[in-house]
Amino acid sequence: MPTSPLDKVAHATPRPVARRIRGLTDRAIAWIFVAPTIFLLLAVNIFPLIWTIRLSFTNYRVNRPNRDVEWIGLRNYERILTDPDIWATMQATAHFLIWTIVLQVLIGFALAYLINKKFKGNDLWTTIIVFPMMLSPAVVGNFWTFLYQPQIGLFNYAVAFFTGVEPASFSMIGDVHLAPWAIVIADTWMWTPFVMLICLAGLRSIPDTIYEAAECDRASKWRQFWTITVPMVLPFLMLAVLFRGIENFKMFDLVVQLTGGGPGNTTTLTSIDLKREAFEKWRTGLSSAYAVILFVTVFGLASIYVKALNKVKER
Amino acid sequence: MSAFSVTEPSSRTKWGAGILVVAYALITIVPLLWIIATGFKSPTDSIAYPPKVLFEPTLEGYVNLFTDRTRATQDMLDRAGPPQTWYEVIVRKRGTIITGTSRYGERFLNSVIIGFGSTFLCMVLGTAAAYAFSRFRVPLKDDLLFFILSTRMMPPIAVAIPIFLMFRQLGLSDTHLGMILLYTAVNLSLSVWLLKGFIDEIPIEYEEAALIDGYTRFQAFYKVVLPQAATGIASTAIFCLIFAWNEYAFAVLLTSGTAQTAPPFIPTIIGVAGKDWPAVAAGATLFLVPVMVFTILLRKHLLRGITFGAVRK
Repeated sequence: MPTSPLDKVAHATPRPVARRIRGLTDRAIAWIFVAPTIFLLLAVNIFPLIWTIRLSFTNYRVNRPNRDVEWIGLRNYERILTDPDIWATMQATAHFLIWTIVLQVLIGFALAYLINKKFKGNDLWTTIIVFPMMLSPAVVGNFWTFLYQPQIGLFNYAVAFFTGVEPASFSMIGDVHLAPWAIVIADTWMWTPFVMLICLAGLRSIPDTIYEAAECDRASKWRQFWTITVPMVLPFLMLAVLFRGIENFKMFDLVVQLTGGGPGNTTTLTSIDLKREAFEKWRTGLSSAYAVILFVTVFGLASIYVKALNKVKER
Repeated sequence: MSAFSVTEPSSRTKWGAGILVVAYALITIVPLLWIIATGFKSPTDSIAYPPKVLFEPTLEGYVNLFTDRTRATQDMLDRAGPPQTWYEVIVRKRGTIITGTSRYGERFLNSVIIGFGSTFLCMVLGTAAAYAFSRFRVPLKDDLLFFILSTRMMPPIAVAIPIFLMFRQLGLSDTHLGMILLYTAVNLSLSVWLLKGFIDEIPIEYEEAALIDGYTRFQAFYKVVLPQAATGIASTAIFCLIFAWNEYAFAVLLTSGTAQTAPPFIPTIIGVAGKDWPAVAAGATLFLVPVMVFTILLRKHLLRGITFGAVRK
């Protein structure tokens, strides 16, 4: 938890000063101010989570409300962890996660590095680059299916223009080998600016004096890059990866609109699979267990990662 | 910066960097320009090969977006008489006839109601909570703050199951109120974290001065802190609005008839004969352009918003 100097100031609020004042005590005001938020979050987040955990031990199905609900212990969990299809979706998710992060980090960092050269008009171009990230992933994802059309799609046409392949000869979302890349490309297009913005903040936080000192020591530009720029930006970069990791682990809207999980199950990411189990096959108990597993995975991985991040920050 | 600074990039470097960045920006903006352009194409132009960059603009996509049409028989045409309005002229040219208004307007309005409603509620609750977290000793403060943040880590689909059940019990499924409450809860983590950052930056001395002058805490809060935090509150509000505006997973699972927002609706737009891409693009344009405008307004606070205030620049 970051404690900024301002936090410390806040902690040091002279309480007696406030207490002399007429009206409610600070403590009462604090509670009145915080309680509605906490209450709403408990109602919409924690209560459902507990309910999910409870359901995960049963064979409940929403579409059969009259059937007796049986307590079946860990059987749902067992079924999920031994289901080869679910492992396949995990693999699809891993492919998506790793490649989007790799591409976004490389392109995002490169862009930030270039923008930090402070050429004229860089603010304007930065804003333009940021646009895709702010838009509705479902709406944009839906439109990408149009760009990916084999005969008429702009994407295929552009690829054909530069490589000479027949534009109708490949279908980004119809081909089992290409579809996983189709979602990686669309996500990279959409979210590279996110990594770029964070890297840019990192680059801008490096004081010029460090480079000046390095120049005095006659360190080469190459050396400066690896011993100053990269280590100083690393905590920012890791933060960007954390955010993208969590977001893409949850990925649903963009991909479900783009490929719907197909062809076959090649782009069925865990969220899409979970949605099918829960809202198409109506296996409520089973999908609750699935949800719990996903949540524990995200939470666990994120906690480990945050520990590593803090270590890097302390260096 | 002096002309002799060792850290100032040379003008050649600047030019090179500028060209590469501009090239990337131009490529990345193409899909968005393509959406806007497709909205003004005729259906034949939209599926032309090679893709048409120059075309004769038409409002057919927009007309199709807002209307329901059917293929007209001679009998129907006779009964309807000659077209009365410019949009009827466009529709008749395709041999179709308008049978009513589409649901796009309704869906768009739902997005507006739910977006603004949840943003308003979120700002009221979020500002209060952020102020308390920033200024008071709240027991278990760090744990509560982390708890608030962690609610964002859950995949929406995972919490959707019990929320679906809960909403059904409470009669909230497919209602505006249900969606407003839900989006408020989802956005609270962002608004509390961001606003706490903004309020932390306001020197506490201002309030102390106000308190000593005889203001109560409440007065100090809304006469001193709120005006000071206005920019922060405004940009946080825009972030919440954009999120609620763009949200898809909950919307598609929990709404169908009355409270459905635009994102689940736009992809379902179809024409009389197959997918009507100009209409889809027109719907997307109207939906996406406001967000682009907001992005321009937000550019100074963008970074803070997307990182929950973790990076403040």
